[in-house]
Amino acid sequence: MSEHHKMDAPDHARRLDDMAQGLIGTAMDRPDGPLKVSGTATYAHEWAVDNLCHGVLARATVPTGRVSDVAAQDILDRPGILAVITDRRLLRNPAQGGAGEAPVQDPSRIAYFGQPIALVVAETFEAARDAAASLRIDYEETEGTYRPEDAAFETPEDKQSSQGDLDAAMAQAAHSIDVTYTTPGHNSAAMEPHGAIASWDGDDLVLRGSYQMLKHNRKEIADSLGIDPANVRLLSPYVGGGFGSKLGIAPEAVAAALAARDLGRPVSVALSRQQVFETTMRRSETRQRIRLAADAEGRLTGIGHDAWVSNLPGETFAEPATQATPFLYGGENRQIGFHVARLNRTCAGSVRAPGEAVGVTVLENAMDELAEATGVDPVDLRRRNIPDTDPSTGKPFSSHTLRRALDDGATRFGWNQRQRPGTRREGDWLIGLGMACATRVNILAEARARVSLTADGRAVVETDMTDIGTGTYAILTQIAGEMLGLPLDRVTTRLGDTDLPPGSGSGGSMGASSTGSAVYLACRNLRAQIAARLDCAETDLTLKDGKAIAANKTTDLAGLSDGTLTAEGHIEPGKTREETRQATFGTFFTEVAVNAVTGETRVRRMQGTFAAGRILNHKTARSQCIGGMTFGIGMALTEELMHDPRDGHIVNRDLAEYHMPVNADVPQIDVVLLDERDDWASPIQAKGIGELSICGAGAAITNAIYNASGVRVRDYPASLDKILAGLDDGRG
Amino acid sequence: MKPFDYVRALGPGDATAAAGREGAAFIAGGTNLLDLMKLGVMTPSTLVDITHLHLDRVETTEDAGLRIGALVTNSDLANHAAVRRDYAVLSRALLAGASGQLRNKATTGGNLLQRTRCPYFYDTAMACNKRDPGSGCRAIGGVTRLHAILGASAHCIATHPSDMAVAMLALGAGVEVEGADGKRRVVALDDFYRLPGEWPDIETVLEPGDLITAVLLPPPPQGRQIYRKVRDRASYAFALASVAAVIRVDSGRIASAALAFGGIAPRPWRDGDAEAALIGEVPSREVFERAADILLADAQGQGGNEFKIDLTRRLLVSVLTEATEERT
Ligand SMILES: Cc1cc2nc3c(=O)[nH]c(=O)nc-3n(C[C@H](O)[C@H](O)[C@H](O)COP(=O)(O)OP(=O)(O)OC[C@H]3O[C@@H](n4cnc5c(N)ncnc54)[C@H](O)[C@@H]3O)c2cc1C
Ligand code: SF4
Repeated sequence: MSEHHKMDAPDHARRLDDMAQGLIGTAMDRPDGPLKVSGTATYAHEWAVDNLCHGVLARATVPTGRVSDVAAQDILDRPGILAVITDRRLLRNPAQGGAGEAPVQDPSRIAYFGQPIALVVAETFEAARDAAASLRIDYEETEGTYRPEDAAFETPEDKQSSQGDLDAAMAQAAHSIDVTYTTPGHNSAAMEPHGAIASWDGDDLVLRGSYQMLKHNRKEIADSLGIDPANVRLLSPYVGGGFGSKLGIAPEAVAAALAARDLGRPVSVALSRQQVFETTMRRSETRQRIRLAADAEGRLTGIGHDAWVSNLPGETFAEPATQATPFLYGGENRQIGFHVARLNRTCAGSVRAPGEAVGVTVLENAMDELAEATGVDPVDLRRRNIPDTDPSTGKPFSSHTLRRALDDGATRFGWNQRQRPGTRREGDWLIGLGMACATRVNILAEARARVSLTADGRAVVETDMTDIGTGTYAILTQIAGEMLGLPLDRVTTRLGDTDLPPGSGSGGSMGASSTGSAVYLACRNLRAQIAARLDCAETDLTLKDGKAIAANKTTDLAGLSDGTLTAEGHIEPGKTREETRQATFGTFFTEVAVNAVTGETRVRRMQGTFAAGRILNHKTARSQCIGGMTFGIGMALTEELMHDPRDGHIVNRDLAEYHMPVNADVPQIDVVLLDERDDWASPIQAKGIGELSICGAGAAITNAIYNASGVRVRDYPASLDKILAGLDDGRG
Repeated sequence: MKPFDYVRALGPGDATAAAGREGAAFIAGGTNLLDLMKLGVMTPSTLVDITHLHLDRVETTEDAGLRIGALVTNSDLANHAAVRRDYAVLSRALLAGASGQLRNKATTGGNLLQRTRCPYFYDTAMACNKRDPGSGCRAIGGVTRLHAILGASAHCIATHPSDMAVAMLALGAGVEVEGADGKRRVVALDDFYRLPGEWPDIETVLEPGDLITAVLLPPPPQGRQIYRKVRDRASYAFALASVAAVIRVDSGRIASAALAFGGIAPRPWRDGDAEAALIGEVPSREVFERAADILLADAQGQGGNEFKIDLTRRLLVSVLTEATEERT
């Protein structure tokens, strides 16, 4: 049986609220948690596959040009070396999120330093690694462009927009701000490096990999190999983080599949950490100009956002840094400008909330500058500029929670203790408070899931949806348990297998609301099937603790049916997407200490208040927010891809030198999740939460640095050298 | 990783004999060497495992100093009661380095001999005189945030990354070495490291086969001991600049001053003239600035590390201020 629902109208019924099991929203532990902390969850590269051999990718050591020769024979003569694969189908670029088709192939032409050229396969990993490192590759080098400063920028027509007259608004404004900020490139830095094990059975490929969106990844692999997607089965039951870098396939997938086909035996390919940096998606560096025009009270009359980003020639993705500017604040005169440079650097794609992570951050810095210019308190300034409807389109918001988040955050944090910039000092430490708003566009995606109720009263949830560490196993289990009145130990969730119905995949924070809706729909259908057996209306049915209660009669779900009852849920986005502006909102408040001698910054307190519709699991949602805010600390203070100016290569390509925040950088983080239902967003009233908590987080820190020290760093990250440059001589 | 032989040494004689072989290297904690081998940066043909040599004791010497066995781990040394009590600067420096897991494996000898963190040294596709003598230095003109402002040459601008060695240098440590001939000698740590000059691949005065058996500390110094490390994140990052200071004030004047610096030079750095400028002086900002002027007179930035000059000055002045403050 199939239950299809297109989101053409708001769902005010809120059926989940009628259920009795009491699972939804609770801080339930992840069912997969014990496996993960005990090291027994099997990740892509850990499968024990018979007769396995190992491939290691060899890389380009020039940034641009053509491969003239690969001296394969030199290493094929070594013991244990099985093959050197230089197939034109090997990937040059990784696939963009949601591509569903082959990315750029043919590595014989080189577009960036570190690009994969060939796969060396050997009996052991060590032999393959050694041979790959010593594989001689000859090149014909060509000139490239390696720095944004040297690039000509394209200005794609469909990415510009304007209304009113921003220049006039700026000229007439009582206060105006015209500032340019830069943010560096970022690496996704997922804990699990990319890996794949490919095995063929005749024309059928089984690929165990680490990917976020299997239904698209399957097509990307098939298209790259030139085979039918029906011949590809992808398995990704556990994924050790993706953060965008596993939305699309990366070079290891196709390399492993090609080698396994050639050799007639399974091949595993894992990327080293250095290869993750060099050959999977980076977030583009950005330059962003923000213009704000305001009246004497700080009410915006104009807002302009221009962004300059980069990608490889031929790639269509461009970091959508201006994405939230059209709707976050009011103002009649608006202008968005967007410019893309073609650079020979590692491919740019989605990394941790593409767009808003860097775009809202910079906008929120500019708002802080406006607060300073107008003398209006930063929280009040935001309150004054919350629009009633989407200021760019006039559409209503599906729900709008920014004011609540501002009130809640400011009160809990003690925002009223904030003082004038540069006036609080404890010994060598300058203390300051800062805040910023969070927002992220909300997406509902097509998704399917199957739920079966077995004769003995257990439920099995099945979809190719992935759990990339976010808690998908937990929330889908909860939705099914809630809808079917089953305790947790009677619900099993199976994920990450393309043989199962295609879910939404994990990305853009849409997984929980989309695939969760598919599970909800399947369960609603099962409830109808149960009701039919009990001769009552579905809405009169109470399901709890494995029992069905209808018309004062209690029946065990076990034994209700001789066989398994099954339903497939299928959700599709619909008109509510066009009729409303859907977004999530929140606020960040931080306290930092800046060392007056060294310029080092320590975040002392961090408070986040977020609203994202119905919260399905308070523990996993909170964990997502802590993670996002932690990445916000990284973005603000330490994270930066450093490219060599002469060839564009990533210089800090490991986690010792690419500085993610470590425990000592992260203070106690307080997260508050506001109670909300968004009827327009999904039939479970949930919205995306994962990315929201990074979108603006960095600004709350850099704004606090300004409040502490009077130093405004407009070039991220706010590393100590940039703060030092603005400090006095330390005499204090 | 290149194939290699493995030899387990059961006595120092074994070790130095095996290490006399062409291309041999000692392995202690392996926290630096193994990483470099996996990347193809170091390619020893034989690994001589010295972890069974029983060089893991900390003992008091006849002159009331300390003898620290070469295999004492960084964790054990940092937590040793006598070190915490009498050589606090060393304990602090150790704990400011790496991570708990690494410190549990890392050894005293290995820490002294850890290689630079210059990212171009780590990437075999880059020209590097230290890794491949005569090939050039790709770091110059590249990303130089971590590089040296003092003691660099036109052939190499890398820094020495150790925190421990900086504190040991301020404490006036000596390195006990056993040569291939079985003879032991002690080299002052100040004479142990060489500047890059034309041959940055030669980093110390050790000869092939030389085994570090211990580090010797003189009797506990008098005065205040401070270690301050500045880095890009709160933990688990190498020093952008660090200072180890042992300062004694007597009757309102600076009676002795030992200062060593990390993160700014190809070796733990000490400047006798800067120290001398402090002796006999009444502590004051002007006096401290004068010492900083002397220290940094020849300092030269490489672009991305220019900030280290100002940072080192500020750090030094701040540490001297703290070290000479009257305690209430
Ligand atoms: C991610 C990371 C972060 C780090 N951060 C810091 C930091 O902040 N500060 C810091 O100071 N250090 C840091 N370290 C470096 C760490 O301190 C060193 O790796 C460690 O001290 C090396 O000791 P080991 O015993 O493991 O040496 P090994 O790796 O075993 O050896 C290192 C070298 O010393 C030689 N050797 C070892 N013992 C002897 C001996 N007895 N005689 C002669 N030769 C010998 C070896 O042949 C080799 O060349 C970090 C390391 C890593 C991986
Ligand atoms: S600075 Fe020294 S270690 Fe770095 S690349 Fe140059 S020669 Fe090699």
